[in-house]
Amino acid sequence: MPEFAAREVLTGWGRTAPTAADVLRPYSARQAAEALAAGSPRGTIARGLGRAYGDAAQNAGGVVIDCTGIDALGPIEAAGVVTVGGGLSLDTLARAAVAAGWFLPVTPGTRHITVGGAIAADVHGKNHHVDGSFSRHVVSLRLALADGEVSTLTPEGADAPLFWATVGGMGLTGVVVEATIRLTPAETRYMLVDTERARDLDDLMARMSEGDARYRYTVAWVDLVTRGAAMGRGVLTRGDHAPLAAVAAEARESARDYAPRALLPAAPPLPAPLISRLSARAFNELWFRKAPAARSAELQSIEAFFYPLDGVDRWNTVYGSRGFLQWQCVIPFGAERVLRQVIEAIVDAPVPATLAVLKRFGEASVAPLSFPLPGWTLAVDFPAVRGAAFTAFLDALDLQVAEAGGRLYLAKDSRMRPELLPVMYPRIEEWRAARDAADPQHRLTSDLDRRLGLARPHLRQESP
Amino acid sequence: MTDALGRPRSVLVLGGGSEIALATVRLLVDRGAREVTLLGRHPEAMLGAAEPLRAAGAEVSVARFDAADPDDSVRAIGEAFRAHGDFDVVLLAFGVLGDQARYEEDPELAAHDTAVNVAGTVASGLAVARALRAQGHGVLVVLSSVAGQRPRRSNFVYGAAKAAVDAFACGLDEALRGSGARVMTVRPGFVHTRMTAGLPAAPFSQSAEQVAVAIVAGLDAGVSIVWAPPALRWLFLVLRHLPQAVFRRLRG
Repeated sequence: MPEFAAREVLTGWGRTAPTAADVLRPYSARQAAEALAAGSPRGTIARGLGRAYGDAAQNAGGVVIDCTGIDALGPIEAAGVVTVGGGLSLDTLARAAVAAGWFLPVTPGTRHITVGGAIAADVHGKNHHVDGSFSRHVVSLRLALADGEVSTLTPEGADAPLFWATVGGMGLTGVVVEATIRLTPAETRYMLVDTERARDLDDLMARMSEGDARYRYTVAWVDLVTRGAAMGRGVLTRGDHAPLAAVAAEARESARDYAPRALLPAAPPLPAPLISRLSARAFNELWFRKAPAARSAELQSIEAFFYPLDGVDRWNTVYGSRGFLQWQCVIPFGAERVLRQVIEAIVDAPVPATLAVLKRFGEASVAPLSFPLPGWTLAVDFPAVRGAAFTAFLDALDLQVAEAGGRLYLAKDSRMRPELLPVMYPRIEEWRAARDAADPQHRLTSDLDRRLGLARPHLRQESP
Repeated sequence: MTDALGRPRSVLVLGGGSEIALATVRLLVDRGAREVTLLGRHPEAMLGAAEPLRAAGAEVSVARFDAADPDDSVRAIGEAFRAHGDFDVVLLAFGVLGDQARYEEDPELAAHDTAVNVAGTVASGLAVARALRAQGHGVLVVLSSVAGQRPRRSNFVYGAAKAAVDAFACGLDEALRGSGARVMTVRPGFVHTRMTAGLPAAPFSQSAEQVAVAIVAGLDAGVSIVWAPPALRWLFLVLRHLPQAVFRRLRG
């Protein structure tokens, strides 16, 4: 064990299922590779900014490589191509990119993730239906392998199977120490946003089906607390980057001064959760009411449009010591009936859904473990309430999703049953073959890997 | 691994004949635990107990374990972790109740049973703690007893042992802070089991299943100490401070 290792108790963003690991903080690709080569009897996994909701970046009793020190930022070339360290945050990258007239090709709902994490989870954003997931914009990456070798991988090169196993591979192929990414042009730090309120689920889905194609970025917040006629009402926000011409003349000089800040400091950890059905209902009512019934071409900042929750530092603490989870599924187009059943079930769930987001995905990536597929994705936050009623409820939702040909997002998962993994990810054996070729001794592992039997299935697998 | 909603996958029982432990395992299997290892003095008897667990979907293995022999119990625990891999929950459930009157006539027997209850718990508890610390997660559940809260004329040899077990378990929990693992100490009142058959039931008596429900609730809540039934916590707050002359006259 290297001397600078310190045993730390880690959780994901949901603050559930803590485990302890020896955390190493390398500051270069070479140090990361050395840490991998040194190994640990209980394996190694990379960790970025800890935004995966569950246990993807934990490795109980083993080594966790905190990659945030591998944060080099190369020059942005004329074509918008940039080479960065795997531990660089999307936040830092975006600041440099916007100043130079570019933006992230894909961003999730938080800017506090690393480039390596974005690749390992193959993250998606509001532009998935147009631009696909993060991996589509990766020109090449350098992966530190289990044996300490560093390999350069490209989507079409000789090592393409390992490239695509790394994309969405939840860190189980190695540590992404560097990536070359193609940015997307953006003239300003502003967005032009259209907002619409939808009165119920049918209205919301109809508006999304009909109008999404006209926009680069789309997302809908959906109210999954209110029952009755207004069930599934929502607020649809859609837009694109604002051209310089859309910005008032006096603001044009500072139109690329992108410097987002958290408006509120960290919420203090609360012993008792603030979340109840009552507070969830009040919150959802407020969110719906504050949105305009319809407003078009509103100038919004990038941070207001993409990262509303980043306005509060460490907002995850409002759920109290028991933590919370996010359940995110995708249900293929054509199975809208199942989506409706799932939403109806959540409205009557034993635990209130605090926040829910609905979005239409476009084409899937070719990566075997990548989450998005053409269909509807629904992401719902729940407090992590213990007990049989809630676990049985979520297990039943999983089954409905799996039967419809859908799946759960591994970067969010913290509780699904391992039996459903091969049903939801039918290409898992293809992924395992590519992974095993790079790490035959299974030296890369995580709590997620152990819990679900990702790399090696559990010996006992019952049929679902 | 235990998931975000507190569902463990694997359980190890030390004292696999314990009705409280088996009832607890049953609840955990019903929640989705799939791998159960039972260690105890009578493997044949445990095979019978394994059947309903298997029927409920668990893979059960059984091995011999004698808490009276610390060397052998440490070896058996090490072997269980080697053979199986991680355990998410370990139940330390062995113990001898014994007969107070007989102890007073047979000091050697009292010493032997106390060695099982105390030295056995210390040996097994430390062996399990070492394994949990190495794996970086897991809960050790130690079955203490309210008998250790204040000695009584009718069972003070057992009570003395449980007082030691309780102090050991609470201290071990402190020792494991920051390791990812923890200890949960369970203090049941009178429980109707084979161990207590024929004894007069004390107030607040309960079934093994009721204690199991309290244990699982404690695992869910993440607490360090579980009283079963929960009301005993407040009762003993009073009982511990009663003058001896008053305490002596209480029934049970």
